[in-house]
This record gives sequence, structure tokens and C-alpha cells, in this order.
Amino acid sequence: MHIPDGYLSPSTCVTLYAFAASGWYSALNRVRRILATRMIPLISVFAAFSFVVMMFNIPLPGGTTGHALGVTVAAIVLGPSGSILAVSIALAIQALFFGDGGITTLGANCFNMAIVGSLVAYGVYRLIAGRSDVGARRRALAAAIAGYVSINAAALLTAFEFGIQPTLFHDASGTPLYAPYPLHVAVPAMMIGHLTFAGLAEALISAGMVSYLQKSDIGLLRGIRDFPGGLAAANSAERPFPVRLWWIVGLLMLCTPLGILAAGTAWGEWSSADLANPAARTQIEGASGHHVAPSSVPAGLQKLSAIWTAPFPGYAPRFVKSASFGYALSAMFGVGFLVVAALVATRIANRLRKRESRS
Amino acid sequence: MSQSFIESTLRGFAQAFSKALISEQAASQPGLLQSLDPRVRVVGVLALVIAVVLCHKLAVIGAVLVLGILVAVASRLSLWSLATRVWLVVLGFTGLIALPALFITPGSRIILVSGLPLSISAQGVRTAALLVLRVETAATLTTVLVLCTPWTHILKALRSFRLPTEVVTMLAMTHRYVFLLIETANQMFESRQSRMVGELTGAEKRRTTARTAGVLLSKSVELSHEVYLAMLSRGFDGEVRLLTDFRLRAYDYLGLAGFIFAACLATWMGR
Repeated sequence: MHIPDGYLSPSTCVTLYAFAASGWYSALNRVRRILATRMIPLISVFAAFSFVVMMFNIPLPGGTTGHALGVTVAAIVLGPSGSILAVSIALAIQALFFGDGGITTLGANCFNMAIVGSLVAYGVYRLIAGRSDVGARRRALAAAIAGYVSINAAALLTAFEFGIQPTLFHDASGTPLYAPYPLHVAVPAMMIGHLTFAGLAEALISAGMVSYLQKSDIGLLRGIRDFPGGLAAANSAERPFPVRLWWIVGLLMLCTPLGILAAGTAWGEWSSADLANPAARTQIEGASGHHVAPSSVPAGLQKLSAIWTAPFPGYAPRFVKSASFGYALSAMFGVGFLVVAALVATRIANRLRKRESRS
Repeated sequence: MSQSFIESTLRGFAQAFSKALISEQAASQPGLLQSLDPRVRVVGVLALVIAVVLCHKLAVIGAVLVLGILVAVASRLSLWSLATRVWLVVLGFTGLIALPALFITPGSRIILVSGLPLSISAQGVRTAALLVLRVETAATLTTVLVLCTPWTHILKALRSFRLPTEVVTMLAMTHRYVFLLIETANQMFESRQSRMVGELTGAEKRRTTARTAGVLLSKSVELSHEVYLAMLSRGFDGEVRLLTDFRLRAYDYLGLAGFIFAACLATWMGR
């Protein structure tokens, strides 16, 4: 699943680096808050452990062997943020030192395996484990299913990234410039191996390790706050949102009218009115490599576009006459809505966490 | 066959050690790349890798591969080592992946396979060649960089590119403890194998592997605690301070200009 350099186009690599960077930033901040000065040695040694576990040959039913990623155990023991960092560092060492996986594709590999893998593994594990006792057999089953699902989620994402390459990046003669197989070939080709061998290897090692830890070192399954040496609870105190970030958000809101400078409609964001307008159709065809747009507005688009009318169509409420002011107002409304939603979600998550730690 | 899972794991560990040893030996030799500032090496090779990914012309990617080979020769790297470590591995892996593209990529047919409903298209040949050549070139360049630059220098170079100090420190510590944990896992597997009489069943093999991984996890967490205490005893307060004593000379600027020029030229010609 380690994508080498050359399989993905530069724009795909940049996009996935941006996704991965946001995951790394948030994971680093969260782990730093929880572990404080213990972060560096714990994550480093755990990353080394993840690296070594990836080298284990797992015996599978039928006499063959497979390699696991170890992301599920990392997510269960360290939590999703710690796992994101540890597995990303292990992947970076593999790419930079052992040449396993590319440098331009490191963002994609970390996004697929470390970020999505960790989040899916942790989510599935918590969902199935529920409120069961840490030593319950249900936890081992939850680890197995989490391992199987997470590795397959990462593989599916990788297959999707491969599969979109020939559609989006080809030359005038139709030659794919990067990974050559479209989705209907890439997805089954990738998934066959992961739904069978790799998924099974991850499920077996995750369940086996959780069972072993339940008998021998159960403290590791209670989360990083209960690790040997104890982590200061004070470290986990919530910190306010950094002031500098508020300034950046404010600046970005003020910059939103810059979008008005761009001529025409963003590619793929055409409305039914655009498709019916001859001038707009010429623009659409020009922006789509001179592929002819549908002769009439597609029925599905027409039907669905009537279902919901946005309160601020075209980023400008009807009562606002200045387009620039409308953009800034829309940005304020959007950011305000997201901040309130994030605050509510954080409050609910904190309440659930407190209830869990009391029980 | 019954012990193959232990033996193949041990073989993997030995290969990792061997790769690290070869890298250390190559990095200490005098040569073209070794004589340049590590930051120049990292930026230069990265620029060439990006140029290769941006290139759409086989001849230009081929020219960058030749440049990579020339740099490897000037840096006194063994071409045999590059062939076995990179070229054959990439050809085997990516070549196998690219092979079906010859037949299933739609386009103008250039070869008909007699007796079979198969044909090879011109587009199929080009896409397979682009993929294999691009991966070979990028992997060659990366390997040349890794073989000619000690890991600590790569990390220092990354630090000077404003990567957070914590991340650089974690990369350095991980690299150090990878070898310690490989050695620990190696000893556990060897001691298990030396005590094995007869054949293990499939379930026993899986339990052995899971138990070894579990013990390694417990040891890792304990090790991290010991490392933490050792760091505290040396006055660690959460702030990481790294020494960056690299100084760019005129020769380094010349090398950097050469790399950037080659990368820009390749990008422009390979559009």
C-alpha cells in the first residue's frame, strides 16, 4: 500500500500533503497537550515499534504469510492522535531511509494509512467495544474488526487515488500519464489482496496483541493517561484557541472577495442556468478541453437543484447590493456557524469523556 | 516450511541492518554528492524528483535517470548495489503492475497477439513505459541521496527547512530505536526458534507472533519511560535545541544552481 513516487500526479500529491498536514498539525497539538514533555520519547519509541511490527511476517490460515500495518494497535494504545504521529513517523523513516514509499507521495501514504487508518481503527474499535470491560473478549473481537476495516479503508482510498489518475491526467492521445488503471480496474485489483490477506493479517495481529495485553499488560489498553510513570492530569487541561489563529481566520474572511476577481464559474460548479445559457456553455466547453456540454440541462440536475434554495445564493444575500460586502458577510456567517458547531461538538465530547473517566 | 514465518521475519531484520550498514559506509566515502552541503543535496535531489514527476516525456525522464546514474558514479556508489537495491526491485514490482496496461489501455493497436483476443496499444506501451521509467528514476535519485548522506545530516537539513524541532527529534529518536527494537525482536524470534521442536500449528504460529509483538510493545513503552527519565536527568524541559553548524560555500551554491537548473530544464522540456 506504500505508493512510490511516480504513481500519482503532482496535484494529487500536493492535495494529499495538504490533507495530511492538517491531520499532523491537529494530532501534534493534541498529543503535545496530553503528553507534554513525554511526547517525544513515547511517540518516537512507539514509531520505532510500529516500524518493526510492519516487518513481522504474520502466519495466515492456508500456510501463507502477510504483513500487517500495526495501525490498529497503535490507535487503541495511543489514541487516534498519537497513532497518527507514530505511524506517520514510521512511514517517513521507511520512505526517507529505506526507500519504501515515495517522497512526493509521503503525504498520500500518511493520509491513507496513518490518518484515515488510525481514525477508522479507533472509531470502529470504540463502536464495537462500547462500554465493555477492558479485559472483555469483546475488545479482542473489536480490535480484529477494527484492524480489518481500517486496512481496507486505507486500501480503498489508495485504490481511489490510483483510479482517478487516468481520468484526470492524460495526454491528447488518451495516454494515462500516471497510474494507468481507471477506478473499475484499480479498486478490485487493490481490494482483492486487502480483503483477503492484508486485512486478515491486520485483524489477526490486532486481536492477538489485544488478547495478550489483556492478560499481561492491561494498563496499556486503558489509554496513554494510564501509562507507566503516569501522565500529569494537569497536562490535559484545555487551552484556549490561539489568538494568532483568530487573526488568520479574520484575515481570510476579509480576503474572501478576492474570488470575485476570477472570471467565469468554477469548473464543475455549473448551475442549470449556466448549462442553459449559450455564453456560459461556450465557457464550460473551453474549460473542459473542448468536450461538448450536454445539449440540454440534465433532468436529474434540474430536479435536484429545485429542492433547496440557498439563503445566500452566489455568496450574496438578496438585500446586499455590494458583491464584496456579500462575500465578507457570507464568510462571517459560515465561520460563525462552524465555530458554534465546533464548540457544541467539543462540549459534548468533553462531557462524554468526563462521564467515561468517572465510570 | 513450518518455521518459515520466523525465518522470513529474521531475514527481513537482517536486510534492514545490511541496508543501514551499506548506507553508512557509502556516506563516509569521498565523492561528488558527499562533498556538498547536506541541505544542497536534499533540496537538489528533491527538485529533481519533483521534476521527474512533472515530466511527461520519456526521453527527458530517461535523461534525468542518466544524470542520476552519473551522480551516483561520481559519488563512488556501486552500480551493482543500485541495480540490486533499486532497478531490479522496481522493475519486478512496478513492471508487473504496469504489464496489464499494455493490453487494457484503449488506443491505436500496434501489436496483435496471435491466437488470443489480445492486442497491445501504443497508448498502453507509453503509459507503462512512463510509469516504470518515472518510478525507476525517482527511486534511483532518492537512493543515491540516502546512500550518500548520513541520516543525522538529512535530519539537520530538514530542520533548516523549518520543520518543527519536535518532529525532527522524533525522527532522529525513532531511527535510533528502530535498530534497538529490531535487535530485541530478532533475539526474541531466535530464542523462540532455538526452543522449537517439531512443527507448530497455524494457530500456534499466530499466537507466537502476536505474543512477540505484544511483548515488544510492553518493552517499547517501558523503554520510552526510561528514555524519558534519562532525558529529564539531563535537564530536558520540553524544549528541543539542535545544533545546525552547516555553512554554505561557493562550491555548494554552484552545486545547488546545477541541481535547480537541471530540474527546471527537465520540467520545461518534459511538459
